[in-house]
Amino acid sequence: MATGAIRNMTGGESFGALALALFGVTCLIIAGLTDHGGYAFHMVVFALASVLAFRAIIVRRYHGDGPEPQEINGKPNYNFGPVKFATVAAIFWGIAGFLVGLVIALQLAFPVLNFDLPWTSFGRLRPLHTSAVIFAFGGNVLLGTSFYVVQRTCHARLAGDLSPWFVVLGYNLFIVIAGTGYLLGITQGKEYAEPEWYADLFLTVVWVVYLLVFLATIWKRKEPHIYVANWFYLAFIVTIAVLHLGNNMTIPVSLTSPKSYIVWSGVQDAMFQWWYGHNAVGFFLTAGFLAIMYYFIPKRAERPVYSYRLSIIHFWGLIFLYIWAGPHHLHYTALPDWAQTLGMTFSIMLWMPSWGGMINGLMTLSGAWDKLRTDPVLRMMVVSVAFYGMSTFEGPLMSVRAVNSLSHYTDWTIGHVHSGALGWVGYVSFGAIYCLVPWLWKKERLYSNRLVEWHFWISTIGIVLYISAMWVSGIMQGLMWRAYTALGYLEYSFIETVAAMHPYYVIRALGGGLFLAGALIMVYNLIMTVRAAPNALEKGLAPAAGLQPAE
Amino acid sequence: MANMYAFLANIAQSVGILYFMAIFLAVCIYALWPKNHAKFERASRLPLEED
Amino acid sequence: MSDTTSGKAPKPSLWSKHKIFETNSIILVLGVLVMISFGGLVEIAPLFYLKSTIEKVDGMRPYTPLELAGRAIYVREGCYNCHSQMIRPLRDEIERYGHYSLAAESMYDKPFQWGSKRTGPDLARVGAKYSDDWHLQHLNAPRSIVPQSIMPGYPFLAKTDLSYDDIATEMKVQSMTGVPYTKEMMAAAMDDLRAQTDPDHPKAADFARRYPKANMRDFDGNPQRITEADALIAYLQVLGTLVDFTTYDNKANLR
Repeated sequence: MATGAIRNMTGGESFGALALALFGVTCLIIAGLTDHGGYAFHMVVFALASVLAFRAIIVRRYHGDGPEPQEINGKPNYNFGPVKFATVAAIFWGIAGFLVGLVIALQLAFPVLNFDLPWTSFGRLRPLHTSAVIFAFGGNVLLGTSFYVVQRTCHARLAGDLSPWFVVLGYNLFIVIAGTGYLLGITQGKEYAEPEWYADLFLTVVWVVYLLVFLATIWKRKEPHIYVANWFYLAFIVTIAVLHLGNNMTIPVSLTSPKSYIVWSGVQDAMFQWWYGHNAVGFFLTAGFLAIMYYFIPKRAERPVYSYRLSIIHFWGLIFLYIWAGPHHLHYTALPDWAQTLGMTFSIMLWMPSWGGMINGLMTLSGAWDKLRTDPVLRMMVVSVAFYGMSTFEGPLMSVRAVNSLSHYTDWTIGHVHSGALGWVGYVSFGAIYCLVPWLWKKERLYSNRLVEWHFWISTIGIVLYISAMWVSGIMQGLMWRAYTALGYLEYSFIETVAAMHPYYVIRALGGGLFLAGALIMVYNLIMTVRAAPNALEKGLAPAAGLQPAE
Repeated sequence: MANMYAFLANIAQSVGILYFMAIFLAVCIYALWPKNHAKFERASRLPLEED
Repeated sequence: MSDTTSGKAPKPSLWSKHKIFETNSIILVLGVLVMISFGGLVEIAPLFYLKSTIEKVDGMRPYTPLELAGRAIYVREGCYNCHSQMIRPLRDEIERYGHYSLAAESMYDKPFQWGSKRTGPDLARVGAKYSDDWHLQHLNAPRSIVPQSIMPGYPFLAKTDLSYDDIATEMKVQSMTGVPYTKEMMAAAMDDLRAQTDPDHPKAADFARRYPKANMRDFDGNPQRITEADALIAYLQVLGTLVDFTTYDNKANLR
């Protein structure tokens, strides 16, 4: 390594360095011109990141460690550096996101916790929570696992030399920009798509590189067939790109203003928003994590997926149906009736492929059910699939207009989202992380299976408290809104329905706190795994293969 | 404009759905075609192959 | 170092040999794209033929510069996280909030703020329901007026000067995508903004002509300054008040 020889820069390095230099200077100029403090701060962050990345590229050249070989001793030389980074980032953002979630849950129970300050009020923290858990935690889990799975199932090293690093680092930079922006009041005001135009543009570049890295790795594969998990990842990447572009068609007020206005307005904007919002659930929180299910459950259970044919039907069925279901977010609104009916019909049909996928995941364990008793990580993933089944049953139910007239605008929706988010996305992610950390850090096993048990049970109690509190408060509030007295007057004023929610908001915060406590146990367990668990036996790997650049 | 609207709304409510049903049917046939069985069997073992 | 090139060397042969594999992944990507874009197109495209989607109503006008600035604060503070602006045609909602919302009422809204959750009440027709004083007090300290409220306090709004240097440019950008701001409106944006908070302003009459039904007064009880509270209250007070329901023909607009 330390030969001291200065090598020539590769084409990619030269291009990267040049692009970074241009980008950094542009950001600095904008920072100087704008009179919006938050925006100037973001431009400085961009410029600083460019300088650091630029420096890393130059330094790399003096150390002589350039692009790694594709294979060592005839075996693929996997690139796990970016995977490790994304895994650590996922854990970090997960804790941050759960913590902010707990804070805003407490704010709803005890409003004094808003502190009457702009950057601590619920309205700014709530997008921080949703973005942190969905895009920062979930996004990093998807980046990390997709880069791991695509290499492993294609038996090929991740394509690109600098680009995989650009993807993970760039994505996390986007998270930082988006999150600090909300606190500073920089937002588009569209749910789950709050980042402003410049953050969106940056994410677009990162995402295109992500797609290219992923595709190019698939192109290098030695297997004729593309494993189904990669189909799900690919659908996730492609669809999120389309959704992101469609829902963020904005015109910036000027280069020196963080603000932009969306091209669509009113009812069209609403339709775009929920086409985006619903499919972000479908392709980010479902397709992406189904990919995790289709790789990690078979791997952990040491048996192939129950039915590969079913997984193909599951895939196309999901993609075919999901994209139509968005309008169920807009029942009884000014959206035309035919669009609402279409959305409802497809939402109900969506129940079929969802349960097909659930059965496929669960039945993978047939003949190995005893592993559920001995392996808490596998149990966590299997329970996540059960939660997937539960929330994909609840979802179609809530898309029925009559049910929706009661559930919409209430906490029932919040409960539904969290049964999917905590139970399905959370648990399948935890399962994948529990698998990945020992694999990546070459450990024989986790530090402690008992701690995984504790994590599992504490957070399961948390989830149960959370979603049952939200069911009760949601249905109760919905019924109170439409309650009439014998004389035909509305029985409750709005504020009475708010006051009635208080006990359930306290229980919800308790549930969220337990979920966070469970996740903290996981963090301790993982740190100890890296530090104290016994090393795995090397399986004929050349020692050099274990070392990754920039670790 | 109004014609265009009627046209698109019509597609949404009739041909579009049939078209996608046909595609979906094709996917099912592909997945269940006996000849593909062995290929899928092999593919399903991909995650289990260590290297 | 020799291994810097070894990664690249086999590429051409790999490329030709594995052509069929690449085709598979491209087919996969195209298949996904066709599926999702068709679904999206069929659902969204018809909404652009406004005639049948958006009703014909009297009274809708674009926001005044001050209302527009207030709306930006509404968006900035994330009010949409807890307040909807969409009254559904259900008996209890109409009795509680007023006439159900029409698509026309949000046709100049960028972004739309229909919301998805009612932690607080719907605000689609909150305009003119409460006094400016009530709003100011409620924003400063919600629980001083509604003891059981769980809304955050926003005392900083009345203490912060509104920054509106960009207001004309913002109107221009909105006009580029369909909001009918005229050249005259954009040129007079700064004066109009000031005139709305000050009925004695020399340009007040011009302002009133340009924006019918606009509320013209000092909103935050402090005529010396134009604050963020001025703007936000001006926005809240216009919500749901523009459409003239005495001339609205429900049957003619059946969809």
